[in-house]
Amino acid sequence: MNRRNRKTAFGIFVVMMLSVPAWAQDDLMKMLDDETSDKNKTEYATATFKTTRLVNGHSIENVAPGVLDFRISHRFGFISSGAYELWGLDNASMRLGFDYGLTKRLMIGVGRSTYQKQYDGFAKYKILRQSTGARNMPLSVSVVGTVMYKSLKFDDPTRTNYQSSNFYYCGQIIFARKFTEGVSLQIAPTVVHYNFVPTANDPNDLFSVGAGGRFKVSKRVSVNVEYYYQLPANQFAGTYNSLSMGFDVETGGHVFQLYMTNSTGMTERTFISETTGDFFKGDIRLGFTISRVFTIRKPRID
Amino acid sequence: MKRILITCFLSGIMIPLFSQSLFMTRSGQISFFSKTSMENIDAMNNEVTSILNTGTGEVVFAVLVKSFRFEKALMEEHFNENYLESNKFPKSTFQGKITNLTSIDFAKEGSYAVTIQGELTLHGVKQAVTTSGQLEVGKGKLLLKGNFPVTLADYKIEVPSLVTEKISKTIDVRVNCEYEPKK
Repeated sequence: MNRRNRKTAFGIFVVMMLSVPAWAQDDLMKMLDDETSDKNKTEYATATFKTTRLVNGHSIENVAPGVLDFRISHRFGFISSGAYELWGLDNASMRLGFDYGLTKRLMIGVGRSTYQKQYDGFAKYKILRQSTGARNMPLSVSVVGTVMYKSLKFDDPTRTNYQSSNFYYCGQIIFARKFTEGVSLQIAPTVVHYNFVPTANDPNDLFSVGAGGRFKVSKRVSVNVEYYYQLPANQFAGTYNSLSMGFDVETGGHVFQLYMTNSTGMTERTFISETTGDFFKGDIRLGFTISRVFTIRKPRID
Repeated sequence: MKRILITCFLSGIMIPLFSQSLFMTRSGQISFFSKTSMENIDAMNNEVTSILNTGTGEVVFAVLVKSFRFEKALMEEHFNENYLESNKFPKSTFQGKITNLTSIDFAKEGSYAVTIQGELTLHGVKQAVTTSGQLEVGKGKLLLKGNFPVTLADYKIEVPSLVTEKISKTIDVRVNCEYEPKK
């Protein structure tokens, strides 16, 4: 072996020795990557909407297990009522509600509205959760069942009245998808059942389709739109489809919702089937909801 | 010449192979703690993966940001959505080296003080980190414990003025990993 070869060999050896640690560490990282490739993991879409209601109606979201959500909603009068009523601000109706997450998939809630002195209770169950990874699911699907009881005194106490006339029911299937970090859409076929309807010709079961979406304008603010379309021959005379739009603003433990809507009531039968305002004629109400969550049962973190 | 080259080449491969005794964990723990007069925030991740090379002192960590668990569900949501942006930056990694490797006798059970120097990648930002910890050598096991502060601003994690009172500017991060020989 001549001198030059030896030199070359030594040179190569040195370079290799130096390069070993350099690539060894990248290698270690790569090894870790390979070992922990998350192909076997399923990642579920989270926070499709900021809160459990889009505006009036339910969103696909549940409150987390063990969490109590205290919701205060206010609805003012029609803006079209003019300056004398301070564009509706003189008249406020409200709903107080408590929602609670029983499990990851099941939540329940109760509420009381000043409008028609109504009590309501509901259960919402997640059937499918949008996910990627080992289990690929393009949509989230939930079902909601609501019972409403109107405790307002009967219009005409002289006739035979039945308590059952004051009960109303609503069933919904919600299909939702979080398309991007900022855009989520949902569609919700709905049926509202009346035991007692205004006229003999009105159907007891009223079918409608709700659609809505949220568009994030910043990390903590989103724009929401919600519309409920009443299918032909599934609406009472003089009612309009419910249209609402507003903002969700998140501030730590609160979500603040500020919106405009043509609906008066804040439960399914009242806003889907009994909306009397024409949004495009200025029959718009301002409203807001404050949602405050409390962790009642702490999840185990160990 | 050929033979020398081959020898050199092989030694290049052999050195890491021989000197590597790799230890690994998939269930390491990383927790962090933020303490302010308004609110304490505590989170835990016990799906930390890490490999430790006792031959070279190299150590790497990888953690999925989404697998941190909080006491309050809303905190977890905000942590992922607003602060760490785990959809954009799903993983956080640390790549470093034990700088005082010579003072550790892996053949002898006991507790050794270690200094680790490396780079932490969090929220898409890479920063140099030096920390000291404790390495316990056990029977076919290694236990690495340590903690280091993370200053949120260093990693471009923004805290809105409304909640600055509730979130500490510097978060104490604790690591606790039990390694077993890698197969």
